[in-house]
Amino acid sequence: MKLTIPAFVGRIAFSALAALIGAIFALPLLWFLFAPFNARAELGLALPDPWTLSNFVTVFGNSYAVQALWNSFIQAVGGVILVGAAATLAAYALSRSSIPGKGAVTYILLLFSSVVSGSAAMVPIFLIISAAGLMDTHLAVILTFAGGLLPTAMFILRDFIDSIPKSYEESAMVAGASPVQAFFDVALPVIRPGIVVVVVWGFVNIWGSFLIPFILLRSDSNMPASVAIYSFYSEAGTPIVTLLAAYSLIYSLPVIALYLFVSWKFGFRFFGGIKA
Amino acid sequence: MASVEFKNVTKSFGEFTAVSDVSFDIADGEFVCLLGPSGCGKTTSLRMMAGLETPTSGHILIGGQEVTHLHPKDRNIAMVFQDYALYPHMNLADNIAYPLKVRGEPVAQRHARAKQVADVLKIGHLMDRLPSQISGGQQQRTSLARALVYPAKVYLFDEPLSNLDAKLRLEARGFLNHLQRDMGMTAVYVTHDQAEAMALATRIAVMDQGHIVQFASPIEIYRRPATTFVANFVGNPPMNLVEVEGAQVEGKLALKAEGLAIAALAMTDAIGKALAASGKLTLGVRPEHLGIAQTGATNTITAPLFANENMGPESLVTIDRGDSARVTARIFTDDHLDLSKVVTLRFSTEHVHLFDSTGKRIPALGE
Repeated sequence: MKLTIPAFVGRIAFSALAALIGAIFALPLLWFLFAPFNARAELGLALPDPWTLSNFVTVFGNSYAVQALWNSFIQAVGGVILVGAAATLAAYALSRSSIPGKGAVTYILLLFSSVVSGSAAMVPIFLIISAAGLMDTHLAVILTFAGGLLPTAMFILRDFIDSIPKSYEESAMVAGASPVQAFFDVALPVIRPGIVVVVVWGFVNIWGSFLIPFILLRSDSNMPASVAIYSFYSEAGTPIVTLLAAYSLIYSLPVIALYLFVSWKFGFRFFGGIKA
Repeated sequence: MASVEFKNVTKSFGEFTAVSDVSFDIADGEFVCLLGPSGCGKTTSLRMMAGLETPTSGHILIGGQEVTHLHPKDRNIAMVFQDYALYPHMNLADNIAYPLKVRGEPVAQRHARAKQVADVLKIGHLMDRLPSQISGGQQQRTSLARALVYPAKVYLFDEPLSNLDAKLRLEARGFLNHLQRDMGMTAVYVTHDQAEAMALATRIAVMDQGHIVQFASPIEIYRRPATTFVANFVGNPPMNLVEVEGAQVEGKLALKAEGLAIAALAMTDAIGKALAASGKLTLGVRPEHLGIAQTGATNTITAPLFANENMGPESLVTIDRGDSARVTARIFTDDHLDLSKVVTLRFSTEHVHLFDSTGKRIPALGE
């Protein structure tokens, strides 16, 4: 098919516009890739000359920042284990049992978890954690996130489990398995892709959060990386761009690695759970 | 192998009663089909036998032992599901051997047994495949193998052939029939396909709206359907039912209907009783008992031709009596039938069935 001249011009204009928009989004990412390797990085985009790892050396010399990465890891993994296990069991029960009003339970929990957002509930959460004597512990952050993420995780997983035929477990039970055996042998492996989705989502949420650990934690030795980034600001409050860029890159690597691992191992085929 | 007994079993889901006060006995070694349209309670009955549903009231016995509230795992039964329920993450060997795994058999032994059963079912060469990597017919045989891998008291089948295409279904049906002859297993088989029930069952329980309408051998159900419902459900095509006006004339039963010419039938007490209640009777004739006749002959029914379908060894000739009251004849000929616009079908009075105004069978003379 031959294009008419106006259509051809239109195409070129559209492509140019798309390229411009793409560039606007790509520039910060490019900065993010170049700046860590540039010993004289500034806020402007510039190719490193020469490429150097000196920024990383300085960052790893900062024991507080390194400890913070480990703290982030503990909090994210701890929270994800709790959310994954609790949401799987709860969603399974809500999907398979015939409790009256089970639909209402899920929706009310979901409603509250989204209406009462993290920051609005900050004062009560602070008071509860304080009263429980958990202030300045990893457990405080893990529990708070588990509570906040559970309803949505349950909702996603329940939808997912609803779509799996009951006959899997039924055939296992008829064959002689107890309900617990049927769950672990048959149901759990089938649900696993759904759990993976919830785990990745939970990990990214906790890993990237700032407010909750900032409020619930006191000592430097417990702070996660999201808070520790502020150690790369000078006394006057201006960022030390070189170190900040290097640390940010390190900070984002686990999430990228997790995504790559999951899409390689499981593939993100099962996002269809959310209907809203 | 064991017997199965239902004693006044009722199952309600809220307002809806799926199975209503059903009682029956299935003897050791019988192959019983539960036959009926969807929603008649046949699957619910089967699931109660399996322990996947609990009766609202009544008792279920397997091998004389009360199992009404027993967990499925403690009943020692085997079941083939309509969707096969093959575990997608296990290969065929593990799928088939799963019942042996939960029984604590060592890996080598249970895989050997699974292979043995799979070989009989001609899927032994696929043991390393996942269920998603085999065909529908092979999946069906895998689910059958999983049920046969251990000696169960009762084998339950929930429409196991309904997901197969027509040719495979016939093949699988024949194999099940052979298996039953070979093993003499006690089996309960749920289906809505009357041909499957006729081919496989030693006895058929025809169900409708939570009740068993008739529980008898396939031949009995074919020859003497208890109600118009059974008559209309069994047979391919099903029995033709013609609403007639009955009256006693000179000590004989005269039947009247549009297009119908029938000689007066001998009266019996049963007919007398039915007439006393209502003169509105139903006349039933099976399609295979109808033939083409000349207009004006007795024991015939005449109406405009509706369809003339040649199927090879036979032709299905359907005439339309108006208001969708159609009568179909099965004519056994491999010739093309050249029919006029109005067709007369003849029958013999010995092949005629009578039902009273409530749809119940009126026993024929000598029944």
